Amino acid sequence: MQRIGVFVCWCGSNIAATVDVNAVSEALSHEPGVVYSINYQYMCSEAGQNLIKDAIREKKLTGVVICSCSPRMHEATFLKAAAAAGLNPYMVEIANIREQCSWIHKDMPTATEKAIILGRAAIAKVQLNTPLTAGESPVTKRALVIGGGIAGIQTALDIAEAGFEVDIVEKQPTIGGKMTQLDKTFPTLDCAACILTPKMVDCAQNENINIYAYSEVAEVKGFVGNFTVKIRKKARYVDETKCTGCGLCTEKCPQKKVPNEFNLGMDTRRAIYIPFAQAVPKIATIDPDYCNMLKNGKCGVCAKVCTAGAINYKQQDEIIEREYGAIVVATGYNPIKLDNFDEYSYSQSNDVVTPLEFERLMNAAGPTNGVLLRPSDGKHPHTIVFVQCVGSRDTSGCGKPYCSKICCMYTAKHAMLTREKYPDTDVYVFYIDVRTPGKSFDEFYRRAVEEYGVHYIKGMVGKVTPRADGKLSVQASDLIANE
Amino acid sequence: MSKYDKEQVLCSSGVNVLKCMRCGKCSATCPSYDEMEYHPHEFVYMVEKGQIDKLMASPSIYKCLSCYACVERCPRGVEPAKLVEALRLLVIRQQGQNHLKADDIPALLDEDLPQQAIVTALRKYSK
Ligand SMILES: Cc1cc2nc3c(=O)[nH]c(=O)nc-3n(C[C@H](O)[C@H](O)[C@H](O)COP(=O)(O)OP(=O)(O)OC[C@H]3O[C@@H](n4cnc5c(N)ncnc54)[C@H](O)[C@@H]3O)c2cc1C
Ligand code: SF4
Ligand code: SF4
Ligand code: SF4
Ligand code: SF4
Repeated sequence: MQRIGVFVCWCGSNIAATVDVNAVSEALSHEPGVVYSINYQYMCSEAGQNLIKDAIREKKLTGVVICSCSPRMHEATFLKAAAAAGLNPYMVEIANIREQCSWIHKDMPTATEKAIILGRAAIAKVQLNTPLTAGESPVTKRALVIGGGIAGIQTALDIAEAGFEVDIVEKQPTIGGKMTQLDKTFPTLDCAACILTPKMVDCAQNENINIYAYSEVAEVKGFVGNFTVKIRKKARYVDETKCTGCGLCTEKCPQKKVPNEFNLGMDTRRAIYIPFAQAVPKIATIDPDYCNMLKNGKCGVCAKVCTAGAINYKQQDEIIEREYGAIVVATGYNPIKLDNFDEYSYSQSNDVVTPLEFERLMNAAGPTNGVLLRPSDGKHPHTIVFVQCVGSRDTSGCGKPYCSKICCMYTAKHAMLTREKYPDTDVYVFYIDVRTPGKSFDEFYRRAVEEYGVHYIKGMVGKVTPRADGKLSVQASDLIANE
Repeated sequence: MSKYDKEQVLCSSGVNVLKCMRCGKCSATCPSYDEMEYHPHEFVYMVEKGQIDKLMASPSIYKCLSCYACVERCPRGVEPAKLVEALRLLVIRQQGQNHLKADDIPALLDEDLPQQAIVTALRKYSK
């Protein structure tokens, strides 16, 4: 039979306000094997720990039960205290009478009864415990980063810098993520590519980093420290070891009408393509949905023009199995679809654009070479309206209930950049709240108002209607002026 | 205004005014906006503040077309039009507020008026 000590914690009033701690320590003192049972205001405090240590020594305890908060909070504290007093730390059990009892009950008698039951269960467990010794198990010293956006890239660079091997699995043909599509970045208005592309190149050149682009994770097995991962490397129909990224095939491919996802479908690319000039890895990829050769065996132009002989129409998906010690998921975000928001006429007018499309329209490598033009008629817009919070903060079921946290800032950026390049264009921002937490963020938004003369109007836009003359009419109310 | 009326508006409309985030999209979408003294987002806020009497006295509640555009568009599912309907009901249900006496009705009748409308009017105003 064990000699068990029970220590019931009040956690100030966190436990004691709903659980009768005296009744608990009293009741548990009668359990088989219990030779000592007390309660105290803060068991985790220095004084509380000393109560435990002293009792272990004086009462010759062979097991300890602590009725307190979740083991996530203080298991380590109590295990250490027990070890310091000479008890095997695995002879300590914690009954969670805070998160799983006092916090979720209002009624003292029921909470007290439950605390006693939880305490009894822990005592029963200690009865069966045997002293353990901690062992070690080896860890695979290689990490996997899923997603090669700026977050995944920086993570990989940091891990590599610390001296470990790291693989990036990216489902697109190139790493870079959404940031490749941005023009300038808030709050500094630096060019996005100038920050991003050197890091992409660093990834490619770093000996510790291995990029699996155009690949996805097919399976993860194992446990922390020892994962086995299957990576599906999708067929590019181009031999990575031979392709030099010269781009000749992308000029000669006769299939020209493929919507270019990099410019969000605002222009076209070929069936064989390299997403953009600074792609990493810079390797061509054949889009099997559009390639004439892959669809009906009629073409083969790219294979003829490729001087490196890299084209391989027979290439298959490949499964690679690797071991990893840690996995970082950095799969980023996707903008909301506008199907549920037809009041804004996105599907009816080419001149209603999403913010990412706006980035491409402002970008020198975009479909308009950086000149802000109306997609419908290529004319210069004289008034631009930004509609905030579309699809955010929406509990009606059409959108997401949360605030995206980022759009207030990039809208201030878009507004400012527009005013800077085109002072004759009036810019209106219809907002519900302007949310700009972050270093220099509110100052950034105020600059849009005070220095760039952007008009901020409180009130969500209700409706956008294409007019017969090709312009758009926007219906909103100004809640502050009440008009 | 008594709290009773606010409770009644909330209860008969089934609307939770506390869900409103004051974005004004209801007003921005309302076809009667220009006709109104108080606008859809103000209905919501004023009901929350218990200003039921002001709303009941305002012609705005009759300017609402019950088109439900505000209900359809509200990002928080607040349903302002249902408040307007509840306010109109509250006005109708008031005792002794009839604008019309039963005796006046025959003089107002015209031939095209359906029989059912006359019966309804007599029932309603002959209390
Ligand atoms: C219009 C707009 C303007 C913005 N402007 C700014 C700005 O000025 N300044 C600023 O700081 N921020 C800005 N942002 C925010 C910025 O874009 C993001 O914070 C940043 O790009 C997020 O990077 P990320 O790596 O987390 O995600 P992403 O860039 O989304 O990258 C995720 C990557 O993971 C890949 N991936 C996803 N799922 C898988 C999978 N299952 N397997 C393998 N790979 C996968 C994706 O292909 C992608 O490459 C803006 C955002 C928008 C929409
Ligand atoms: S084989 Fe396919 S990818 Fe190559 S040139 Fe022809 S259509 Fe383009
Ligand atoms: S408050 Fe600003 S950051 Fe939040 S969802 Fe609306 S526009 Fe986006
Ligand atoms: S239901 Fe009434 S308040 Fe709502 S949008 Fe229509 S007219 Fe306006
Ligand atoms: S649309 Fe809905 S959330 Fe917005 S002000 Fe009107 S009632 Fe409130």
